[in-house]
Amino acid sequence: MSPRFLIPLGVFAALVVVLAVGINHSPEVGVLQSPLVGHQIPDWELPILTDPTKTLGSRQLKGQWYVLNYWGTWCIACREEHAALLAAQRDARVQIIGVDWKTDNPTEDSDALEWLAKLGNPYSQVVSDHDGRTAINLGIAAAPESFLVNPEGVIVFKQPMGITPEVWKREFLSRLPPHSTVPPATPGAS
Amino acid sequence: MKPMLVLIAILAAGAPLCAAWALDPARLTDPALQARYEVLIHELRCVQCENSTLADSDAWIANDVRRQIREMLTAGKSDQEIKTYLVSRYSEFILFRPTYSWRNAWLWLLPVVLLLLGVSVAVRIIKQRTRLVDNDDADVLPS
Repeated sequence: MSPRFLIPLGVFAALVVVLAVGINHSPEVGVLQSPLVGHQIPDWELPILTDPTKTLGSRQLKGQWYVLNYWGTWCIACREEHAALLAAQRDARVQIIGVDWKTDNPTEDSDALEWLAKLGNPYSQVVSDHDGRTAINLGIAAAPESFLVNPEGVIVFKQPMGITPEVWKREFLSRLPPHSTVPPATPGAS
Repeated sequence: MKPMLVLIAILAAGAPLCAAWALDPARLTDPALQARYEVLIHELRCVQCENSTLADSDAWIANDVRRQIREMLTAGKSDQEIKTYLVSRYSEFILFRPTYSWRNAWLWLLPVVLLLLGVSVAVRIIKQRTRLVDNDDADVLPS
């Protein structure tokens, strides 16, 4: 018998290696890696939930660190994330801007106000994405998703799912300057 | 066995109906744009449901991305510009047909390599068997 019988075995071993590498290095199932990380955040400007005559946008937030958190009252994972956001706000290391994503809920604005009153408000400001155009421009696939944006307006990290206390510590706090604090509330532009 | 056949028949009859139930009632007035739109939404992935195309997803985000594509088409953007925009936001994952690049060349070449490998193995086995039959007269049945 020639060593040729080893060939299928070798092919099988190679296949195992390829698949093992694939499984270990592929991003978590169902999670998109944002191509925007490391780049300037696309310009956004949205009406403030409590006062829609005023807007807040990426230009006003230049020069400040902020977390942009997409959520909606229809989103179950956002409810699970909420406690971690409240704890993050108590850390007071960075301002969290909430974007309430309306999608197809006609009463999203009032639902959002009720949600914040009932469950607590972890946000420095909440803005509304009514038509979903900003969501697409930011590459949002499903709430919750969050960006960490530096004072130059560059996205330094994107969490493509809910924030947990571990993720907050490992991915967000570790990227902030050591003694960062929440700046005084950014007034909305009229 | 019979109920199974009936079920298969029902499903087969229903399949074209599913395609006709448009999830997307929106139409572009220009038929040329509508045709390009139809092609695009069948080539792009719904970023939330991942294994459906934009054409057959009723997820809200798919609805919004379809609207975005319609608006870009109406604004005179080319198919490539639309794809480039969506890739810049959602990564190449949104394309059902990955682009050819050195990084994913193996993805395109591997099936060809495997096919050639399979054909060569098959040819060798067939040749060997043919030779065996020719040389072996023990199998010949007495007449």
